[in-house]
Amino acid sequence: MTDPLLEIRDLHASVDGTEILHGLSLTINAGEVHAIMGTNGSGKSTLTKVIAGHPDYEVTGGDVLFKGRSILQDEPEQRACAGIFLAFQYPVEVPGVSNLYFLRSALNAQRKSRGEAELSGAEFLALVKEKAKLVDIDQGLLNRSVNEGFSGGEKKRNEIFQLAMLAPTLAILDETDSGLDIDALKTVAHGVNSLRSPERAFLLVTHYQRLLNYIEPDFVHVLLDGRVVKSGGKQLALELEDKGYAWIEEEAAGSGSISVA
Amino acid sequence: MPDTNESIQALAQQEYKHGWVSHVDADQLPPGLHEDIVRAISAKKHEPEWLTEWRLRAYRHWLTMREPEWQKPKYPKIDYQGIIYYSAPKKKPEVSSLDEVDPELLETFEKLGISLDEQKRLSGVAVDAVFDSVSVKTTFREELSKQGIIFCSFSEAVTDHPELVKKYLGSVVPYTDNYFATLNSAVFSDGSFCYIPPGVRCPMELSTYFRINSAGTGQFERTLLIADEGAYVSYLEGCTAPQRDENQLHAAVVELVALKGAHIKYSTVQNWYPGDKDGKGGVYNFVTKRGMANENAKISWTQVETGSAITWKYPSCVLKGDNSVGEFYSVALTRDRQMADTGTKMIHIGKNTRSTIVSKGISAGHADQTYRGLVKIMKGATGARNYSVCDSLLIGGTCGAHTTPYIESANPTAVVEHEASTSKISDDQIFFLRQRGLSEEDAVSMIVNGFCKDVLSELPMEFAVEAQKLLGVKLEGAVG
Repeated sequence: MTDPLLEIRDLHASVDGTEILHGLSLTINAGEVHAIMGTNGSGKSTLTKVIAGHPDYEVTGGDVLFKGRSILQDEPEQRACAGIFLAFQYPVEVPGVSNLYFLRSALNAQRKSRGEAELSGAEFLALVKEKAKLVDIDQGLLNRSVNEGFSGGEKKRNEIFQLAMLAPTLAILDETDSGLDIDALKTVAHGVNSLRSPERAFLLVTHYQRLLNYIEPDFVHVLLDGRVVKSGGKQLALELEDKGYAWIEEEAAGSGSISVA
Repeated sequence: MPDTNESIQALAQQEYKHGWVSHVDADQLPPGLHEDIVRAISAKKHEPEWLTEWRLRAYRHWLTMREPEWQKPKYPKIDYQGIIYYSAPKKKPEVSSLDEVDPELLETFEKLGISLDEQKRLSGVAVDAVFDSVSVKTTFREELSKQGIIFCSFSEAVTDHPELVKKYLGSVVPYTDNYFATLNSAVFSDGSFCYIPPGVRCPMELSTYFRINSAGTGQFERTLLIADEGAYVSYLEGCTAPQRDENQLHAAVVELVALKGAHIKYSTVQNWYPGDKDGKGGVYNFVTKRGMANENAKISWTQVETGSAITWKYPSCVLKGDNSVGEFYSVALTRDRQMADTGTKMIHIGKNTRSTIVSKGISAGHADQTYRGLVKIMKGATGARNYSVCDSLLIGGTCGAHTTPYIESANPTAVVEHEASTSKISDDQIFFLRQRGLSEEDAVSMIVNGFCKDVLSELPMEFAVEAQKLLGVKLEGAVG
């Protein structure tokens, strides 16, 4: 039996001394698409940052295993090189650093850590050309400084472009749909869908069911107060859209965690 | 942007990689400063009477001056009688081919990555190498002389082109200018000289590499660069020094003369030994650099200052002619206990003169940095314009950055703009880059290089790569 790609066991994590995750468990296998939904403050973003290794978040209990190995002691760049990618909710700007220069450095750093040869300029540009089509990203944006002066939609598209270029085994998308108009949303979804493969898993964090119309998840989890309180198939997302979160809160208060998957 | 990451990794092993000492026999004068020393330096260099007199006038004037105290960096009193003012490799520097240069010296410059081997023409850079007080070797001279370009050591210029030296020496920085320039005028040992004839575009980068080697010596070189009417030259200057526990004084003077319609581009990558983590040792880099731009002429200063315990310099432009242009692009990086007080002076005299100042300061550790700049618009400078931008980037919470712009305008038609900003590298930026696979140090280096892009892009290609690598190396261990 192969290990799950990602296994989160009873995870407790805090930021600035306040515990946000109170015993979260989740298992993701290669090839699967999982969606995490939940109200504001339920711990969705915290979960993505803890997996990626943000230094501000302190893990106080439990474990996170990636490909069967605990990654809690790994630096963020080690996790990235191992194949974990986080598309940020608020992509940061890096003035003066061209998008392509940044991406080439990142890609080559990852290749180097895996013992692969670095890509030459020509090989890199061929890859850029191929992947740029996927997310319909404007050539002009590629040569501009990383995210500087980009519109909200352009920033998100740029995140998916980086995802396509770096080809991780686990892609975490933190509210990539927020602030996108319907066309941009479709483009982003198209990019993600074409990147789906039996080796790659996705963890989509979202507020709204809308994104899931375009990216069909295998599993939907509801996060409440730092724990997964309900899991199900894609119909759970529709149910949430219909009925809101209140009934889940009531259920959770009554019986603790419920699992359908 | 050139690819630099792998080189940064490779280069990053040492704290200061130019800290070694070359074992070359030196011909030195005893330490101390008095008229006989000034005469002895002049005699060693077989100088004509007028130059000896000029030096002595400077020395006598220096005796009447007081060491300035207005600058932000403070340092213990310098014992001027304890410094060796002349030190030269024993082997005669006047050599006709490379075979005659002391192999130890060649090796020294090889280590610095400066090939004096004229056969390696690929680099396309003509080099004048100054070791302690003496110019060791100037490359590509014959090829340049075909176009009438003179590129040689200062001493050779005194012998071979006395009329040019006499006409322009002290014409931009007079021997009475300031304490350190005056001291330099009295005891300067060597340096580079360059003359570009009218209408000639110098076909290659000219470059001087300075190296202080001997202990207890000061380095007082003098560079004089003249671009005749309509000429163009791009000039590079690089500096390193061994790692020593005592402070070494470097008080250089650079004079640029851009005649009508000429364009001089002067770039510096300064990497003198900065001292150790606690501020012990390091070079005091007290330098006077100034250019005079005549009608329609343009002078551009670009500097990347990463070394020295204290850097104190203001490369300046006197925009004398109508429509002349002055530019100053600067990156200064200070860390540990380093201090820098640097900036520029733009003196607008002619009509429609324009100047641009772009200063980027980066501080880490306990370093302290000051941008000090003067934009002065004289009464006759109708239509003058200046645009200044001074940005500071702080790494960590124990360093300092200060901006002190002075603006004096005596002409109501002048337009002067000044922008300043101070920022910190954000944790989110670092996390983002690390999440994409870059190490923390590469992330910081990338952010800093991006911050400096407007200045680095002004450097000639080879220098830009070197400067980027240098910034990367200098940032090693500066974070966290």
